[in-house]
Amino acid sequence: MTQPNRILVLFAHPALHKSRINSQLIRAIANLDSVTVNDLYERYPDFDIDIEREQQLLVNHEIVVFQHPFYWYSSPAILKEWQDLVLEYGFAYGHNGTALHGKKFLSAVSTGGTKQAYCREGYNYYTLRELLTPFEQTARLCGMEYLPPFVVYGTHETTNAEQIEHHADHYRTVITALRDNQINWDILPKLHRINQDLERAIVTPEVAPHA
Amino acid sequence: MHNEGFFFQAFIYLTAAVLSVPIAKRLGLGSVLGYLIAGVIIGPFVLGLVGRQQEDVMHFAEFGVVMMLFLIGLELQPALLWRLRGPILGLGGLQVVVTTGAIALIAFLVGQPWQMAIAIGMALALSSTAIVLQTLNEKGLMKTEAGQASFSVLLFQDIAVIPMLALMPLLSRGASETVFASNAVILVAAETSSSLSGWQQTLLVIGIVAGIIIVGRFLMRPVFRFIADTHLREMFTATALLLVVGTALAMQTVGLSPALGTFVAGVVLAESEYRHELETDIEPFKGLLLGLFFISVGASIDFNVLFRQPLFILGLVLGLIVLKGLILFVLGRFFEQSLSQNLLFATALAQGGEFGFVLFSFAQQSNVLPPSITAPLVVVVALSMGLTPLMMIVNEQLIQPQFRSLGEGDRQPDDIDDGETPVILAGFGRFGQVVGRLLIANGFRATILDHDPSHIEMLRKFGYKVFYGDSSRIDLLHAAGAQDAKLFVVAIDDPNKALHTIDMVRKHFPHLKILARAIDRRHSYELIRKGVEVIERETFESSLMMGIEALKLLGYRAYRAHRAARTFRKHDIQAMHDMAYLHGDESGLVARSHQLSSDLREILQSDDYDLPHEIDHAWDTTDRQQDVS
Repeated sequence: MTQPNRILVLFAHPALHKSRINSQLIRAIANLDSVTVNDLYERYPDFDIDIEREQQLLVNHEIVVFQHPFYWYSSPAILKEWQDLVLEYGFAYGHNGTALHGKKFLSAVSTGGTKQAYCREGYNYYTLRELLTPFEQTARLCGMEYLPPFVVYGTHETTNAEQIEHHADHYRTVITALRDNQINWDILPKLHRINQDLERAIVTPEVAPHA
Repeated sequence: MHNEGFFFQAFIYLTAAVLSVPIAKRLGLGSVLGYLIAGVIIGPFVLGLVGRQQEDVMHFAEFGVVMMLFLIGLELQPALLWRLRGPILGLGGLQVVVTTGAIALIAFLVGQPWQMAIAIGMALALSSTAIVLQTLNEKGLMKTEAGQASFSVLLFQDIAVIPMLALMPLLSRGASETVFASNAVILVAAETSSSLSGWQQTLLVIGIVAGIIIVGRFLMRPVFRFIADTHLREMFTATALLLVVGTALAMQTVGLSPALGTFVAGVVLAESEYRHELETDIEPFKGLLLGLFFISVGASIDFNVLFRQPLFILGLVLGLIVLKGLILFVLGRFFEQSLSQNLLFATALAQGGEFGFVLFSFAQQSNVLPPSITAPLVVVVALSMGLTPLMMIVNEQLIQPQFRSLGEGDRQPDDIDDGETPVILAGFGRFGQVVGRLLIANGFRATILDHDPSHIEMLRKFGYKVFYGDSSRIDLLHAAGAQDAKLFVVAIDDPNKALHTIDMVRKHFPHLKILARAIDRRHSYELIRKGVEVIERETFESSLMMGIEALKLLGYRAYRAHRAARTFRKHDIQAMHDMAYLHGDESGLVARSHQLSSDLREILQSDDYDLPHEIDHAWDTTDRQQDVS
């Protein structure tokens, strides 16, 4: 078995004490080996981001995850600040900015609206993938491979603890599979979300060719 | 002393002090003059509330001088003392010798035998350590050039008293009484133990001084630690007093000045970690005893002698002050003091001193001087002491301002050669430093004003452009380029001085934006009402930071703690501005204060997470969840 992928989770939730979904998702993966959770609001409550540290973290990981609630069709403010400061010209993009080349990028978002809200007929009009294009293009410009996002829809309606537990399980499964290279990479581009069909997205160890 | 008598006496002295000192202080006369006036009022001449026993009181109170020297020693690091050796020996030595000689010569010329003339010269050459140091301290002049010079001279005089006392019996014309100045033992020990030969005596003296240094250096620290560990505050005070009294006793036993001994003990302990503790413990005793001493000096002025020959006595007082002052002035010039400093120096030390009383009484007992001579001279010394604070006020109010208009101040404000700077920073202590360093780190030039010479010297070593001067003075502000600057940062730690400075700046340089450090809430109110643009309470932001850390340790996420603190901050600042305009109406203030705190409490408790609703409704999905369901 090859080296596990190291995964950096940039986690942004400004009011985790009110969170029902993200708090469970992050808990599900926080203690996994080779997974580094970078809790941005906790580390930089005054938005004074340590650029050098953040860039070093990026360099030290193969997969970058942005985990956050989907606020106003984007990330909470600190993650934008993080992008503005850390993804510097010459580091992340530009002529010599190749530090992130070849890495993989995953958005892990939760939305209040249901899946039906994110289509031409819904009140959000655009699909989530369309709305995530700024992140997708950011990844592309940085030479990273953009993976289909991990999405939890309809959190306003998700009140049942079992349901939440279910999402958390999926999240852990996805992250673990990414770490252990048990992803069916050929299928991925065809998926709208990475957690839309875990059976297909993930190669179970039993059937994995190199297991 | 009967108990009733004791209580009555204590009542009289305390009443006199409590009534007259604050009034004198209010009138700008200083506490020393207040005490002296109180003494005159309760003394035999005016109210006659204290009689003969006040002399005993005075000798007892002289112990205050001993304590004062201990405290002065505590303030003096050995290195600083070493640096002062030139002025102490040179300036002090010359002052004593020249003044003694001059007065003795005059006395001799008017027909006194040479022995008596020398005795008078010695007694009058001494100045009043108590009055001068207390007054200089009160006016904050101790660290000026003149203050240091005065201190040096006084220290030398305190040492010189001992050989003077030893010399006195040699001047005796008749069979000297074997009784020594027993009354004076507290201030100056004159009893040279006759049973010991000269070299034994010398060895004993060296041994005692070495003992003080060794004990102070090595033994006192563990002792203080041991005492401090008992956590009995009064035990520490008792130990401190024991140290002073013990040192005084030891010095007295070998015929040395207790004042000098405690001074040495103070210097030895100046570098110990218990220095401030000792200072705070001894300070009140010293203050009260010194006050008592000044009162008794006031009460001892025999106005009968004065009124029998008023012109003669006043003439002597004037002559003494002028002569001493002149000698001091010439010596000061010789030691290259600036004119204004030199005038302060000469005015400060031109009086006779408490050691003069001692020497006169001793000379009388040794049959050197007859009472007919000592009586008027004691009055002269007392009057000259009483006049000292007045003369210093005259010097300060009338003479020194002349120099200011010439551009010469107490210490000459430095020439400010810094070119134009956009920022003037007044006060470079723990607050101003941060402001200044931040500005300088970002490439802004700032003209920094401070009034602590030692501080400035250190900062200059590190390359900061710091200038000596009182920031409330218009001429200095001109020199600092206030007319071309943009910002004026008031970072001084004296709230009233800050307000005064702001008034001056407002009046003369209205274009300057003022940023002020507020010491506390009250100070903030005054600054707000003055319309100061930027006000920062000196402890507020750091307290908030501490609060944030506490919240985090109590389980809050960092960002939430920060937001809670920001919200709190906003409310507090708003409340402060509201309160500022109610200040003065005490009842309204109290009511408003209650209202505001209950407002705040309400706001903070208004929802489940203890934060004002309007602000932290953010990221709350409860309503939407309810909408959906």
